[in-house]
Amino acid sequence: MTEPTQTPAAPDERPIVSLRDVRRDYALGAERVHALQGVTLDVERGDYVAIVGPSGCGKSTLLNLIGVIDQPTSGTVEIGGKRVDDMSDWEATSFRLYNIGFVFQRFYLMPILSALENVALPMAEAKVPREERRERAAQLLAYVGLSNRERHRPSELSGGEQQRVAIARALANRPTLVLADEPTGELDAHTGAEIISLFQRLNADGTTIVVVTHDEGLADAARRKIHMRDGKVVDGSA
Amino acid sequence: MRTTLAQASLIRHRARTLLAVLGVAVAAAMLLDMVMLATGMRESFRELLVSRGFDLRLAPKGTLPFDTDATIPGVAAITSVLRNNPDIREISPVLGASIHIPIRNREGEGQGDVSSAVLGIDPTVQGDYEFLSGRDVTTPDAIVANDYLIRRLRARIGDTLAVATGYDPQTRTYSGQRKLVLMGRARFVYGAADQSAAAVRRETLEAMEGQARHDHASLFMIRVRKGADPDRVREWIETYIPSVSAISIATAIAQVDQRLSYFRQLAFILGAVSLFVGFLLVTTLVTVSVNERSGEIAVMRAIGVSRAHVVQQVVLEGVAISFAGALIGLGLGLATARYLNAILSAFPGLPMAIDFFLFQPSSAWTALALLVASGIAAGVYPAWRAASLPIAESLRREAIA
Repeated sequence: MTEPTQTPAAPDERPIVSLRDVRRDYALGAERVHALQGVTLDVERGDYVAIVGPSGCGKSTLLNLIGVIDQPTSGTVEIGGKRVDDMSDWEATSFRLYNIGFVFQRFYLMPILSALENVALPMAEAKVPREERRERAAQLLAYVGLSNRERHRPSELSGGEQQRVAIARALANRPTLVLADEPTGELDAHTGAEIISLFQRLNADGTTIVVVTHDEGLADAARRKIHMRDGKVVDGSA
Repeated sequence: MRTTLAQASLIRHRARTLLAVLGVAVAAAMLLDMVMLATGMRESFRELLVSRGFDLRLAPKGTLPFDTDATIPGVAAITSVLRNNPDIREISPVLGASIHIPIRNREGEGQGDVSSAVLGIDPTVQGDYEFLSGRDVTTPDAIVANDYLIRRLRARIGDTLAVATGYDPQTRTYSGQRKLVLMGRARFVYGAADQSAAAVRRETLEAMEGQARHDHASLFMIRVRKGADPDRVREWIETYIPSVSAISIATAIAQVDQRLSYFRQLAFILGAVSLFVGFLLVTTLVTVSVNERSGEIAVMRAIGVSRAHVVQQVVLEGVAISFAGALIGLGLGLATARYLNAILSAFPGLPMAIDFFLFQPSSAWTALALLVASGIAAGVYPAWRAASLPIAESLRREAIA
């Protein structure tokens, strides 16, 4: 099963993710929260990075900036050598569609769509022809071990199966980077282990993965761990 | 996929969607009825005027046809003047009056009088009634009547009636009395269902009415030559015959419009209120739905679904509710219009042919277009909210929730 393997590109020595002195402040009522305080970080192509740290240390904020769903207050963010910190909404949306796959703690599958349709959703947005997206969605579901669940709706799937569908959806447009925010947070230990194993296989097949987690098992499965505290990377940065 | 997602979000809360659709249907029915009411009477009146093919009506100066008891003197002279205009094809002078007919039982005992409106016409060019059965007023002693009068008289075709005109309440006498034979049944197009009406030859009525109404007409009805402009003929008549007011269909409709303006205003206001209620209903429902799905929408945006597509999906939801409601409302509106029309048309004195709610395809299209437009407008606010959701913030809120 080799579906998610990235097509070998021309050698690019640049890190796939590169953050320089990134700060992100929020207004929380009258108070100013400094969620990230000068983070500098590189992630190499094909790497599997786990970002760990206590709650509120800025892990998810960092993931949102890498995923181009948020913008830093200052500093620069490059993904695949392209500045993404000052993109317009339209540019950022398009960039996410083709370059980034997201996996969320709560799966967030469309409840009315079947597993196959959920996986095909980003491809439909990318205007992949109907037949091709059906075929590719089926291959991706087979890759995550759900070829017998194509027509099932999320409510008919277990938590682990739903997360695998979400992973297949993240891979739909062959992204260069998969980001996962607590992907085992809603799963029991056994199912969580299956997801960890799936991420390892995905990475072994060439996908770059950045995962934010409290799960020691998931973090240990990564090639590299980055520790954060109080909005700063305290260990394992660039 | 957008259609599927829009459909999905509506199906997810079936009961809520159904209630909203029914609410829109009621608003749509009301809107359709108001659109039909706003144009119905006018159009119905126009159809009534053109139905007999006469383009112009001449009434005594300053009056409307049969608005008063006034008459136009000099029928022969006026007809002669009118014949000078080559655009005038047919002239039909009509004299209106009241008749009284005693009812007698089989033993010949008197059982009171029945009074009725009567028209003195020329049967070859008349435009006041539709002949139904029997024979028309081809002889001076013939009379035709509508079913209502025949029922009141308990008469049958072929019966001889003692018809009197020109009743003087002080002397309790009639100016003219004559035996007339009931020759046929007719439907008087300008008469109400519960109004007695009859017709005799004009010369018969003139003879019965006496010298005072000799050579008089209450109304002239005129057909113009095909291709001629009725309004130019109207102007010509008013120039050459100053004793009459010439009314074309256009001017008659303008006068009706003026008299019915309050109807249209009422219809406009009620229609606008219905539309607004439908709009608010759809906006509320779709906004609630968007708020409930903020996390889902944020995820869609995160995985690369564009703002435009989120907007389209949400607007589609609004349009779908409005469209479904409009289709149900169309049937509902037609049913209520028929019911209301039956009530209003029974109003005493109204011509049978007048409808308050006249269905025209254009009314349905107008109501449908307004509802779909309001559905689009109703989706704009929730769509804007959905498209403006901050992705990261919404996901964080969802995670905390």
